[in-house]
Amino acid sequence: MLFSHNGKRRVKQLMELNKPLEGIKVVDFSWILTGPLVARYLADWGATVVKVESRIRPDEVRTVAPFNKGIPGLNRSATFANWNSGKYSISLNMKDPKAADIIRRLISWADIVVESFRPGVLKRLGLDYEQIRSIKKDIIVVSHTTQGQTGPFALQPLIAHFVHSLAGITCLTGWPDRAEVGLRIAYGDNVQATLSFLLILAGLDYRQRTGSGQYIDISQLESLIQVLSPCFLDYAANGRIQSRQGNRCSYAAPHGVYRCKGEDRWCAIAVFSDEEWKGFCNVIGKPQWVSEQNFATILNRKQNEDELDRLITDWTINFTPEEVMAKMQQAGISAGAVQDAQDIVETDPQLASRHHLFTLAHPETGEYVCEAPGFRLSKVPLEIEQSSPCIGEHNYFVCTQFLGISDEDFANLVSASVLE
Amino acid sequence: MYRILDLTDEKGLLCGRILADLGLDVIKIEKPGGDDCRNIGPFWKDIHHAEKSLFWFSYNLNKKGITLDIMKRRGQSLFKQLVERADAIIESFPPSYLSELGLDYDSLARGKPNLVMTSITHYGKSGPYKDRKSSDLVANAVGGYVYITGPADRPPVRISKVDQAYCHAGSHAAVGTLIALICRNRLGLGQHVDISIEESVVWTLMYVQQYWDLTGYIYPRSGVFAHRTNLNVRQYWPCKDGYVGWRIFLGSSGGSFGGEGVKRMVEAMGEEGMAQGLDMVHWEASGMDDVTQEDITFWEERFASFFLTHTKRELNNIAERKGIPLFPISTPADLIDNVQLNSRHYWVDIEHPELSDTIIYPGPFVLCDPPLGELRRRAPLVGEHNSEIYEQELGISPQEMTDLKEEGVI
Repeated sequence: MLFSHNGKRRVKQLMELNKPLEGIKVVDFSWILTGPLVARYLADWGATVVKVESRIRPDEVRTVAPFNKGIPGLNRSATFANWNSGKYSISLNMKDPKAADIIRRLISWADIVVESFRPGVLKRLGLDYEQIRSIKKDIIVVSHTTQGQTGPFALQPLIAHFVHSLAGITCLTGWPDRAEVGLRIAYGDNVQATLSFLLILAGLDYRQRTGSGQYIDISQLESLIQVLSPCFLDYAANGRIQSRQGNRCSYAAPHGVYRCKGEDRWCAIAVFSDEEWKGFCNVIGKPQWVSEQNFATILNRKQNEDELDRLITDWTINFTPEEVMAKMQQAGISAGAVQDAQDIVETDPQLASRHHLFTLAHPETGEYVCEAPGFRLSKVPLEIEQSSPCIGEHNYFVCTQFLGISDEDFANLVSASVLE
Repeated sequence: MYRILDLTDEKGLLCGRILADLGLDVIKIEKPGGDDCRNIGPFWKDIHHAEKSLFWFSYNLNKKGITLDIMKRRGQSLFKQLVERADAIIESFPPSYLSELGLDYDSLARGKPNLVMTSITHYGKSGPYKDRKSSDLVANAVGGYVYITGPADRPPVRISKVDQAYCHAGSHAAVGTLIALICRNRLGLGQHVDISIEESVVWTLMYVQQYWDLTGYIYPRSGVFAHRTNLNVRQYWPCKDGYVGWRIFLGSSGGSFGGEGVKRMVEAMGEEGMAQGLDMVHWEASGMDDVTQEDITFWEERFASFFLTHTKRELNNIAERKGIPLFPISTPADLIDNVQLNSRHYWVDIEHPELSDTIIYPGPFVLCDPPLGELRRRAPLVGEHNSEIYEQELGISPQEMTDLKEEGVI
């Protein structure tokens, strides 16, 4: 039977082989979003993930709102909880020389090391890839940075919001007559995390075939450029630098976001063919537009797009986004409400039926919503049961059950404040 | 190496592309004459042609390409032969399309229990919206990212003009495919991987859902990211040849992202005699609550003047030297000259012999040691590998190949 912190939160049985990554062991040194997300994905699919933390310098996300009842606390952040569900936590004083022994044992135990330190930090701790590999030959180490481990700007202080601009996304987002806008949240972290997870899986497969480990150096900048690839090729092949165009699309019209009934309510509509255009005109009660000179073909519609969008808004403003969406769908037109947080959490029936959000209970965070993985497997049950850890919650469990440290030695580590 | 049969359209092309980048053997299967998404631009030299779509080039790099009409009986039979030799299929048809052809997962898995199939749809294979029509813009809208993007006084806006929702779904699909293959290696059985594009977008919302759930706060759009202050703090600054990103932030926390970073910027300006009015400010000791909007405006005028005297590259060099979180607002032209990317050999020349041209592509999205893959070949021409796959692998005779072409099967 496995040790349980307070008997109220279930700790998974390690030997249930019903998830793809059962038995895979991960040490997670990372902070904030990218690395922790990757480690969370690994945990979702059955890996055992130990998050290495420090009370002196906790993961900054533990201080990020929203908090349970609005009261800040290291174990009360719902943001931290979502990104760190399913993990064990050990809290070490990394500066204490005796902590090095625990780190060595963790690496020796692990299959994968996830980290997001600034380049050079791990080397100073005596833990660069070669040093880690000397402890565990076939280990997979994945290092997340904004611009890579090498290169003259590897140490430039950046966060995801800045990388968006560096990668060229900001230039392309917003309105042609206005300055660029930043992306609201850490988009780059998400893009990087999914690609990183992919690489780890490829690394596991490679290890299974060859017995060799892997060092993975993933730069957020290099990951983000991938999702803008056609724009780069447009410059590379045609010398053209594309510019912002709001919600428009060069090969579709109408294509945009239209004001609906209600406070700040909008609907997105996209019409790609003249056949769809016919259906669209019938829905909004303007069949005459089908053959009207200004709108008959896509070329006409692009040339008169401002006027077209104004006229469409005159119609959409009378309906809720859901009504617009329903009418459009009946005519075979792509359309959907511009959903906000409340829609996503509470009213979207599709997300509800897919069980996209789980509610987990945590002794200090309270109940929080946790996201399901980005895909479903037909033969693997979708279960997110283990909530995020309190800081250092599993010190005893990890040391004695995973690392084979005796009760006596554990007690000494605690009294020497190696374990916080 | 794993063989993947790629039946996707623009909703899932990236999946096969990144699997191919990792060294998997990905075969793109198109209808005879080529897939419709070859009509999506931009185009090489603006020539609208099925073999000149830069969109197609981007997302089909590294794949082989064959043609096959799976609506025809003979085509279905050929497809099943291909499936026998494959490890996984990725597809993005409407939910019931393949089952109507007898080529859905359940039908194919009967003859090949270790088959993996990855299906990418707008809303998933189940649920009340599963048959709804959608597009990338609509997916971003229902997924929640459009609502929080853009200035507050304009309609909500999508991120860039490149299909982002499809990129997220493609990445998740690649992950799902590999996980299913790993699962197969451990448990011996294949399975069906079900990607919802909507859910892929919802994942990018960070803590938007938690904010609503715990506090009833609906995360708004504001044009710039939250500064953790109520003051209006400038984010983007014109410089000599474009824009840079940087902002004033006071306080001792956050290291170079806080007051310390501003102090270093002022030091850099002092080296050029431009720090008047700024060098006596206690950037670290004060906080954002101790200053007024007038203070911010006064200081910003001075920083703005400094930025206007330098190019993006000069300012980026200063930022690197001093450890300041300043960054150029990059265009593709800047990125292709970017010193950091070039030091890591990021850009790769790929030859397009049919165009008598070589085009620069973004390189592998990650560096691995030992390397897991490389950029090997440009995107396939229509039916480019028909002979290799049908004749050499399946043993179809030249005469039969002619018949198949005439019947429109390939």
